[in-house]
Amino acid sequence: MNELDHFLEAADQPERYGAGIKAGGTPVLGYLCSYAPEEIIHAAGVHPLRLFGTLESTLHADSHLQAYCCSLARGVLETALDGTLEFLDGAVFPHTCDTIQRLSDIWRLNTPFDFFADVVHPVRLDAGFAREYLEDTLQRFKRELEAWSGSKIDDAALARSIETFNTARKRLDDLYRMRSRDPGCISGSRVSSIVKASMILNRDELPGRLSRLLEEIESGRYRTGATDDRKRLLVAGSLCDHPDFYSMVENLGGVVVWDDLCTGSRAFDGFIDPSGDPVKAIARRYFERRPCPSKHLSNTARAEALASMAEEHGVQGIIFFLLKFCDPHAFDYPYLKEYLEAKNIPVTLIEVEDSLPPEGQLTTRLETFIYTL
Amino acid sequence: MTDDKKTRGIQSPPIAMDAKMKEIMTGYYIEAKTAADSGKQVAWITSGGPVEPLIAMDIIPVYPENHGAMIGASKMGGALCEQAEAMGYSGDLCSYARSDIASSVTNGGPIGGLPRPDMLVACNNICGTVMKWYEVLARYFDVPLFIFDTPMCHTDYHEESKRYVKQQVLEYVAFLEQVTGKKLDYDRMDHVGKLSLEGQRYWQAVLDTAASRPSPLTAFDGFYHLALIVTLRGTQVAVDYYRDLLAEMKDRVAKGIGAVPNEHYRLLWDNLPIWYRLKWLSNKFAAHDAALVADTYNTAWCRSLRYIEDGNFLDSMAEGYTRMYLNIGVDQMADTIIEMAEKYSVDGLVMHSNRSCKPYSFGQYDIQRMVRERLGIPCLLIESHMVDERSFSEAQTETRIDAFMELIRNRA
Ligand code: SF4
Ligand code: SF4
Ligand code: SF4
Repeated sequence: MNELDHFLEAADQPERYGAGIKAGGTPVLGYLCSYAPEEIIHAAGVHPLRLFGTLESTLHADSHLQAYCCSLARGVLETALDGTLEFLDGAVFPHTCDTIQRLSDIWRLNTPFDFFADVVHPVRLDAGFAREYLEDTLQRFKRELEAWSGSKIDDAALARSIETFNTARKRLDDLYRMRSRDPGCISGSRVSSIVKASMILNRDELPGRLSRLLEEIESGRYRTGATDDRKRLLVAGSLCDHPDFYSMVENLGGVVVWDDLCTGSRAFDGFIDPSGDPVKAIARRYFERRPCPSKHLSNTARAEALASMAEEHGVQGIIFFLLKFCDPHAFDYPYLKEYLEAKNIPVTLIEVEDSLPPEGQLTTRLETFIYTL
Repeated sequence: MTDDKKTRGIQSPPIAMDAKMKEIMTGYYIEAKTAADSGKQVAWITSGGPVEPLIAMDIIPVYPENHGAMIGASKMGGALCEQAEAMGYSGDLCSYARSDIASSVTNGGPIGGLPRPDMLVACNNICGTVMKWYEVLARYFDVPLFIFDTPMCHTDYHEESKRYVKQQVLEYVAFLEQVTGKKLDYDRMDHVGKLSLEGQRYWQAVLDTAASRPSPLTAFDGFYHLALIVTLRGTQVAVDYYRDLLAEMKDRVAKGIGAVPNEHYRLLWDNLPIWYRLKWLSNKFAAHDAALVADTYNTAWCRSLRYIEDGNFLDSMAEGYTRMYLNIGVDQMADTIIEMAEKYSVDGLVMHSNRSCKPYSFGQYDIQRMVRERLGIPCLLIESHMVDERSFSEAQTETRIDAFMELIRNRA
């Protein structure tokens, strides 16, 4: 089996992969947001597994969440209640949006898992003392994890973990950059599956796998055959778990060369300083990486970040890929659109309920957008 | 049965203080709208935000949420929300935010918009929405924004949160001193803190009178009289007002005057009011001889009472503001509701599933289950967007209320 297949398989069946890890004797903790401190979980000898939920029927979750809840929260709750996540030892809820905040309560009150933790991150990233607060919060989380697992997480384990995550993140960044230079080297849907899988796969093996994967890509075996005259696009939003979307864009003469997604570049953005106190260093990354809209760095931080990403990667247009009922992203959209259009970067919006909008509608929309670029 | 027949003859004597409320609020908005002439600065602040330092510094606090309630009550929410949607804001966002953002640009609404802010204060102890909303305002008005970040207390109020919030109290004072170019007078601050607590105590006492049978006021009356504890908390005006209102309520209790003439059933309301249907809902329930005697919204402004220390306001408000009703876990919210249900001896729970307000509404199904299990009382769920009247289905709501009341009648 080549490396790519490992990634595609994990991305396709995250729960199956997680159950396998558990069967091998490693405890597994789930999380559904990029603010979860994976490095600390990993240093405790626990496998951090990002949860993506289900897009199918959500019968169980529907009796806890009203219809006006985003499909991510609903879908993940469904898998917790319908037995799909039976192998899980617990979950970690970082504080971000109002929906996750309530999902955390509902989860705590209704699921059978052994371990549960809220990690109440600061919302403000603009104050020095918010860093101290986050450090203290991460220390609390570390203590909770230690109490549960029964063993101390020492600095050496944290340092190893930091090294592992730094390397994996760097390789994902390399992959994105390689593809930004040469979008034909591998298809967009595969790239999206690779990033997704990197939140699922055994993290100790991840840096090695990514290196081999990069070699496979460099060897040209995954070339798409498409020419380089396609329109260069950036996708922005919370998450996009729809590989078909990327193929659709590519069939219409576009190509996604970069993204601002929490299941994309936001997941590997930011480096953890390996020197000094490890928990402090982990905290610092959250202040330095590009923020999600549920955090406040400044009133214009996200707009500036998007414009600079667009410039750096020669992006010709931005597609906002937003989940319906996702408030933080919906609030930012009108301003981002105005700001970017003033900089001559065209944008379009695609709102996704649980599945993609009907194919005809979506194709027309994308086609028109790509055509006008 | 037509609405007319149902409501005929069910009017109780009106609350005399209604008129006073109108007078005070009119005066307040006139003062706020002419602030520039009187050389005062205006701060827009969230309803759960720490307003007392503003009062102590002579800054006029203005509440977009109270404005939102007025927009809703005058049924102008739908049009404003539609304008916000035309500006690109999703129709699924909080309708306070949508109508306020639109009104900021168009000066639409019942009072021709709010006075321009000199600063913005957003406290996220009620939701994350206010932060996003105030970022929009800060960009539009180009004025400084202070975000008061109160970490969610899912189960506890941790030491590190305490430190973090206290640091922000100091930073907040420094922010106000910088924007106004004045120093905070700490004696004055103490005094304002005292008045705030006194006002809250009177307001809680007013709500407590609803424990009597018949109840002298309903939650719907409360939604109207609530305005001062939101907007003028920390002033003598609010203290005097609630003292007088309390006297009137006690008098009604003594005379056996109920807000609903034939009060047979007592209900508890959860979530924000449906502002454009207050009267309709109130009549609807009254026609079933049901009084909504308690609710989780009016009391939200008294919750900090248990954490704020007399004579140590500025320091202890950190905890008071952080442990607000919405900033706690769903199980604690359920406990609060169950406590209230017992205190006010209610026969049923009416939950407003408010599409505008996710932090208030998600978890309601679980609360409902806990209430059913622990108290065995029926629960009703009504869905709407609290100030966007386009989202409301009158026929459906009516049927559900009738069925719910039928259930309650059969249990009695
Ligand atoms: S968009 Fe940000 S806050 Fe929302 S789920 Fe993703 S990482 Fe978390
Ligand atoms: S940030 Fe958006 S997508 Fe993520 S959980 Fe919250 S509402 Fe859902
Ligand atoms: S109604 Fe809810 S979402 Fe809207 S501002 Fe109030 S607390 Fe926030």
